[in-house]
Amino acid sequence: MRLPTPTTVHSEEEPHKIEKMKRVIRRIKFESELDLNFGERVADRAYGQKLLSCIQCGTCSATCPLAHYMDYTPRKIIAMTREGFKEEVLNSLTIWLCASCYSCYVQCPRQIHITDVMYTLKREAIQMGFHPKRLPIPILAQEFYKRVLKDGRNTESWLLVSLYLRTNPFIMLREAILGLKLFLRGRLTIGREHVKRRDQLHTILEHKKGEAPL
Amino acid sequence: MKYLYYPGCSLRSTGRAYEESLLSVLKVLDIPFEELNDWNCCGATSYVSIDETDAFALAARNLALAELQSPDGTINLIAPCSACFLVLLKTERYLESYPDVREKINSTLDKAGLHYHGRVNVRHPLDVFVNDYGLENITKRVKYPLKGLKVASYYGCQMVRPFKTFDHSHYPETMDRLVNALGAEPVDWPLKTRCCGGSLTGTIQEAGLRLNRLLLKEAEKRGADIMLTCCPLCQHNLECYQERINRKFDEKIDMPIAFFTQLMGVALGLSEKELGMQRLFKMPSLNQITHPKGEMVNAW
Ligand code: SF4
Ligand code: SF4
Repeated sequence: MRLPTPTTVHSEEEPHKIEKMKRVIRRIKFESELDLNFGERVADRAYGQKLLSCIQCGTCSATCPLAHYMDYTPRKIIAMTREGFKEEVLNSLTIWLCASCYSCYVQCPRQIHITDVMYTLKREAIQMGFHPKRLPIPILAQEFYKRVLKDGRNTESWLLVSLYLRTNPFIMLREAILGLKLFLRGRLTIGREHVKRRDQLHTILEHKKGEAPL
Repeated sequence: MKYLYYPGCSLRSTGRAYEESLLSVLKVLDIPFEELNDWNCCGATSYVSIDETDAFALAARNLALAELQSPDGTINLIAPCSACFLVLLKTERYLESYPDVREKINSTLDKAGLHYHGRVNVRHPLDVFVNDYGLENITKRVKYPLKGLKVASYYGCQMVRPFKTFDHSHYPETMDRLVNALGAEPVDWPLKTRCCGGSLTGTIQEAGLRLNRLLLKEAEKRGADIMLTCCPLCQHNLECYQERINRKFDEKIDMPIAFFTQLMGVALGLSEKELGMQRLFKMPSLNQITHPKGEMVNAW
């Protein structure tokens, strides 16, 4: 069984930083090393067994606006999930680049809920600590999650500050001018917003976190 | 019919102009509405990436609160931000379609003395204006037809996908019809539902900027004077990163990006302040809007 080759992109379009993050390791993987039920388990979580009926037509990759920047296109992610390439899929940059635009979801001839598959994989990757270190997207998701868990509302300025502190504080300098411009137009609130019935919210969100590992 | 209104976090910060203009337009058209009491954040796309039960429960609290606030009949809940709109709608649909999800979420809500019965209809304001209030009625109320103004309507993703509630998933036309009713000229362009990258502009900026550059360039090439959006995140991306896109890709894009409610307000004769125009980086010049072809209109 062969691992998919990296996506080719036009050389002038090649975004270097992303390119550096893409790391497709080409090596032989034996069937005994695969997690053969992985696909079924993901399909269960992502609303239905349809994932298993993918015909590899590539419509999802063709319609995905981010396919150029991904290490594996959405079609490959579906194939690899089904075949049991668990580690590769959970370590991919693709799941974090997926912007939830639902283009693939509505176009797939097999009605596979590809966006929900991506969400399922994201959750699993975060839970297993598989995501690329300092990649800001999962960290943004976590910071956002914590903020809303506590206050019930999100204050964008605080969210961004905690994101940059945890990833790359220097970005804060890059974003400072934009922040100031927004502030001057009353578009950046400093006070923290929260719901009145925080107790009610906390009761609702109080349960065992996470799902059983896939 | 009274609408319930769910603002969402963005309309209280980066998207304030959207809230200001939306509420002013609802008022001037005498559309009755009431804010949802003690609403909480919808969870956006981040929550479902961490814990799905929490994500649905968080959104469902809003739906349950809406039922408490309107004890009878179907409730029309207006959610202007596309992300909020989809999260609430998706929660509503999934609770309806998957009994196990419904049971699980209702048992979490029950603990806090809440319950969701399935009476909420999540609506986007664009749908409300065009399909409930009606284009003909809007045309009747237009004070200053926006003659000659070329408008590229940008719908983004989540208002039209994956659920088709009032328009096509890849080539919607509702906003274009509205633009037409306001007297302006809709620009035909193919990227109206192509993704702006959402929060990628803040996380993997390389990719985010490229997506926005494509949208802006296409609108420019098609001769648009202004791009209209119906989501605070799309508006933020297209407007706030223009300068950076110009620097990085050596472009000279100079495109005002407004909310569709702002342009509606202009045509309906509302003031700059009522529409939050001063909050935009690039205010579409009033001359351009009110007297696009040099015709003098007494707008402001
Ligand atoms: S569009 Fe659907 S059927 Fe086609 S490759 Fe993608 S997931 Fe498979
Ligand atoms: S939902 Fe994700 S994978 Fe699907 S087309 Fe959009 S960005 Fe690509």
